[in-house]
Amino acid sequence: MLKAENLTYIYGQNTPFETKALDGADFSVSAGEFAGLIGHTGSGKSTLIQHLNGLLKPHSGRILLEGRDIWEKGAKMRGVRFAVGLVFQYPEYQLFEETVGKDIAFGPKAMGLSEAETDERVREAMEFTGLGADLAEKSPFDLSGGQKRRVAIAGVIAMRPKVLVLDEPTAGLDPSGRREILTHIQDYRAQTGAAVVLVTHSMEDIARVADTVTVLSRAKPILRGTLDEVFSRREVLTGIGLDVPAVTRVLLRLRALGLDVDAGAYTLEDAVRAVKAVRAC
Amino acid sequence: MLKDITLGQYFPGTTLIHRLDPRAKMVLLFAFITALLMANHPLTYGFVLLYLTVTVSVSRIKLSSLFRGLRPMLFIIVFTAVLNIFYTPGEPLVTFWVFKITAEGIERAAFMALRLIMLISATFLLTYTTSPLALSDALARLLSPLGKIRVPVHEFAMMMTIAMRFIPTIIEETDKIMNAQKARGADFETGNLFRRAKALIPLLVPLFVSAFRRADELAVAMECRCYHGGKGRTRMNQPHMAARDVWALTTSVALFAGVTVLGRLGWFLP
Repeated sequence: MLKAENLTYIYGQNTPFETKALDGADFSVSAGEFAGLIGHTGSGKSTLIQHLNGLLKPHSGRILLEGRDIWEKGAKMRGVRFAVGLVFQYPEYQLFEETVGKDIAFGPKAMGLSEAETDERVREAMEFTGLGADLAEKSPFDLSGGQKRRVAIAGVIAMRPKVLVLDEPTAGLDPSGRREILTHIQDYRAQTGAAVVLVTHSMEDIARVADTVTVLSRAKPILRGTLDEVFSRREVLTGIGLDVPAVTRVLLRLRALGLDVDAGAYTLEDAVRAVKAVRAC
Repeated sequence: MLKDITLGQYFPGTTLIHRLDPRAKMVLLFAFITALLMANHPLTYGFVLLYLTVTVSVSRIKLSSLFRGLRPMLFIIVFTAVLNIFYTPGEPLVTFWVFKITAEGIERAAFMALRLIMLISATFLLTYTTSPLALSDALARLLSPLGKIRVPVHEFAMMMTIAMRFIPTIIEETDKIMNAQKARGADFETGNLFRRAKALIPLLVPLFVSAFRRADELAVAMECRCYHGGKGRTRMNQPHMAARDVWALTTSVALFAGVTVLGRLGWFLP
């Protein structure tokens, strides 16, 4: 679906502040996949995802959307932007319209859709993000932080992107807000078959929703695979200052203490099940 | 894109020019500009040019950075030069239609262009080698005698410092919002003037909202630290004039005075 090959990107080239943000990075996501992208601040996560919809042009390497290079001559960049929906960090700061409905309609309108189609998209996007229809006529500046965040995400979902990329969508939200947003994103994937890329540094979020994980460190991916594959390499994760989810750490400690528990559980629910399974026998 | 703006950009360094007291540098810039405006002879121009060349090479600022700063001013420089070529009376070299080009005109145009280029380069040298904070601090200290006649120098300096502090932040924010709207299909680059102006609304509204939010937060943060204006305020980093500053000031000012005197009494020069 979307594939990035050997991307290199340098900020502030030819100035004293030159830094390599990406250094031969590969990344790919297929239709219907929920890919987690994890890494420390400054590991190149945000730079990488800005390449996926053509906001940044790589200094070397290429990005293929459905097999076509998005930077090839004659390619329509706006088409790429609509196909790869990118939700930035703290997206609530991009809201500008008088009403929630109008703000969400910004993307569909830019796509040149008819009024009826736009209205339909707005209604659908609000449903996907759990915003009540009564909010459509409200000013986005009167909403709560969590609601604003969801309006901004709805603004991208309304374009019905084939790949939905989200940069730290749960940052600064309380646990129930986090869960809610992740659930809405999962719903979107389940109902549209879109691919989702979730950038975060919360292992718990990744464990809850992702199928695959890519770990980025110092401008390139160092681990990539399913949850089991990546979380079984704990030494690599701790080596770069990350770790497996907290519940998994508890299970590993229990194992070390001699309890024969399955340590391959990454969410609280699975961990509870694993511990109960031990008691049963 | 917006990051390419070099106006007032600071290149950190440890050269002699970087380490000079910002107040000394500011005074030197004024002295330099005075000497530059007084210079009216190839010899005095040569002096000033040599001085600038030496300071630039000592500061290790790349010539390409200086020229990048000059680029926005290119129109004014060329415009001034062209006006001088055509409007200086003298012996015509070439005449066509109502225009005539004189030797004096070419000479004057060259001097004018050189003067503007040196003036702008020297100013850029100051901002390239001095951090904006040090600059506004220096200006405040140089103007502090005005406080005696009830000019709110400290308040102005504070406003300037805050404004400068937030330029990079606002630029970064603009970039971010622009990207976010581009990701939703916003188009800032095509269309006629009216369309482009309208396309700026999704950028300007969030930018203003966040600027006000930041101002509010900053005010609260300052109040939390008991900020109450300039009275009785002390500083963590007290600038003080070192021997090198005194040396730079005396030698340079002597040189500039020489140039100025030569410029005014230049009749005895060949």
